[in-house]
Amino acid sequence: MKQKGRFGDYGGFYVPEVLIPALEELEEAFYRFYEDDEFVSELEDLSRHYAGRPSPLYYAKRFSEHVGCKVYLKREDLLHGGAHKVNNTLGQGLLAKYMGKTKLIAETGAGQHGLATAMIGALFGMETKIFMGVVDIERQSVNVHKMKLCGAEVIDVEGGTGTLKDAINDALRYWTAHVTDTFYLFGSACGPHPYPTIVKHFQICIGIEARQQCLDEIGRLPDMVLACVGGGSNAIGIFNEFIDDKDVKLIGIEAGGRSLSSGRHAATLVAGRVGVLHGAKAYLLQDDEGQVYETESVSAGLDYPAVGPEHCMLKDSGRVEYVAAEDKEVLDAFELLSKTEGILPALESAHALAHLVGLKGKLDPETVVVVNLSGRGDKDVGIVEKYRPVKD
Amino acid sequence: MKTYSQVFSEVDGAALIPFFVIGDPDFETSIEIVKAAIDAGADILELGIPFSDPIADGPTIQKADIRSLSNGMTVKKALEFIKQIKVHRDIPIGLLMYYNLVYQYGTEKFFSDFHKAGVNSVLIADLSIDDADEVADPARGAGLDTVFMVTPNTDAERMKLIASKTTGFIYTVSVLGVTGSRNELSGAVEGLVKKIKGVTDVPVCVGFGISKPEHAKTVAAAGADGVIIGSKIVGLIEENLDDKDKAVAEISEFIATVKQALAEGPTQ
Ligand SMILES: Cc1ncc(COP(=O)(O)O)c(C=O)c1O
Repeated sequence: MKQKGRFGDYGGFYVPEVLIPALEELEEAFYRFYEDDEFVSELEDLSRHYAGRPSPLYYAKRFSEHVGCKVYLKREDLLHGGAHKVNNTLGQGLLAKYMGKTKLIAETGAGQHGLATAMIGALFGMETKIFMGVVDIERQSVNVHKMKLCGAEVIDVEGGTGTLKDAINDALRYWTAHVTDTFYLFGSACGPHPYPTIVKHFQICIGIEARQQCLDEIGRLPDMVLACVGGGSNAIGIFNEFIDDKDVKLIGIEAGGRSLSSGRHAATLVAGRVGVLHGAKAYLLQDDEGQVYETESVSAGLDYPAVGPEHCMLKDSGRVEYVAAEDKEVLDAFELLSKTEGILPALESAHALAHLVGLKGKLDPETVVVVNLSGRGDKDVGIVEKYRPVKD
Repeated sequence: MKTYSQVFSEVDGAALIPFFVIGDPDFETSIEIVKAAIDAGADILELGIPFSDPIADGPTIQKADIRSLSNGMTVKKALEFIKQIKVHRDIPIGLLMYYNLVYQYGTEKFFSDFHKAGVNSVLIADLSIDDADEVADPARGAGLDTVFMVTPNTDAERMKLIASKTTGFIYTVSVLGVTGSRNELSGAVEGLVKKIKGVTDVPVCVGFGISKPEHAKTVAAAGADGVIIGSKIVGLIEENLDDKDKAVAEISEFIATVKQALAEGPTQ
């Protein structure tokens, strides 16, 4: 491997020997193509015409009135597929194409990354397999169906809690046996090097656009930028461009599940300890001896016990503040945005909104807040209905 | 304490190395099974401390990890387990670990405590030679041999690098894939063993997918110094969960059969 893939002491590539050649090949290909003129222009063209970039920055007036500050939504929910995930799958999918790979595999939690991979598999005519935990298959069934319509095979993962962690375990095991012809299209800014770097590269367009949109449309930088954190891709995607703007407060919101004190949550940075899982050193929810905890969250996309290595570094340095939002607040925020704006947020993104709602009354009314609305909530309607039946 | 090199020079042909998950299905039964395996002819033991997320393992060993963990296995109890085994017989023991358990215990302390208990080496499945510095120095400092893996897709240059950091034996993975018993032995084994032997004098043991006495024979004939058998044996525990005596008997018998096959030497 050419680089160590470290963010401070975090990251690295803690994988079995058999995967090293594939990660080396991926690293080599990424650095060969990511600034290549042809690659860049093909990706730009697809981002615009296939995915729908740039995404708008929308001033959510009625939601703002409710919260008591000026809330702007970065509308990643409007992209094709319904989430920021397509930024990464287009980038990595194109990389796979340039590398001459014809088979894709991916893990998925909420099904958004699985869907975004299935779309790209169809677009490039590649055979696609999506690994998904059985619990997630049930709670995100709409996305399962969409993936199949795009021609992907969805593989049930029974092990563990049947969630994202277990899907990654099985995808890694499958990759081990098919490493010579299969491209593993990893879905978040975590896992072994070079994935955190690659995924970040394809997601930083969110922050680049958002920062410029703030300057053009509001005439100044925001005071705060909020994003939910599962593995960390939409968050690093929007934070990165603001890191050097020291006056812009950056807040990452993790899944507080039932509550932090119940232990039934997925708030890795808030409540975890440094460990090694899925190829990287990072904060991890684990017991004293290092056995990984089962996590719980109303949102499948945040229901994960580890987190991207760069976020660990940003936590330690204090540049980004990480907090948790509990399921109940998240469902409230989902309803609030739906009622005030007619926008159904993904339950993942609703974590960021929930934190903001919690700041109500504490913010100056002129405060400008950008929330990364990482995805839309169509996939979550069934879950919300279960917890909060709509009254006629 | 008996060393790997003593064993490799004592056995004629290849050493027989069964793998067990410590505490599978429970502490007491696991002790009984491992002792029986030693009595039946095991030359070296490969033991795993169960982990919640064993990404290098197939379904058989995953299930063994779950059985062991749900019956209360811990890293501390594994230390006690090894001490008890060493009282039964001074046999070299290689631990097969996932890094997080070592890291949480404290890498240096883990190596030193387990070396004192009687472990000869600690192979970390999810740590490649590139991060060897994190473990190789503390391991040698604690008096352990270092064992690393070579796989069918490891190129010659990297093999040399791996060999240069290895003191116990090279753990040669016979197939691209995770652990699991397989009906056919990978055709790549012979060439792979020869290739490694071409670049180093460090002993070579072969594992992953070896499930039958004939497989062991073929691997030995290819020049391997040791044959590691995991999932096949762990599967015998799974098949006999309701009858522990039968599990012990079947494992003893299997090990004795493989031992016999290895002693007969190559058939051709
Ligand atoms: C809409 C949406 N937002 C956020 C996430 C969490 O992932 P990440 O932290 O990588 O952005 C997911 C994951 O499935 C998602 O679907």
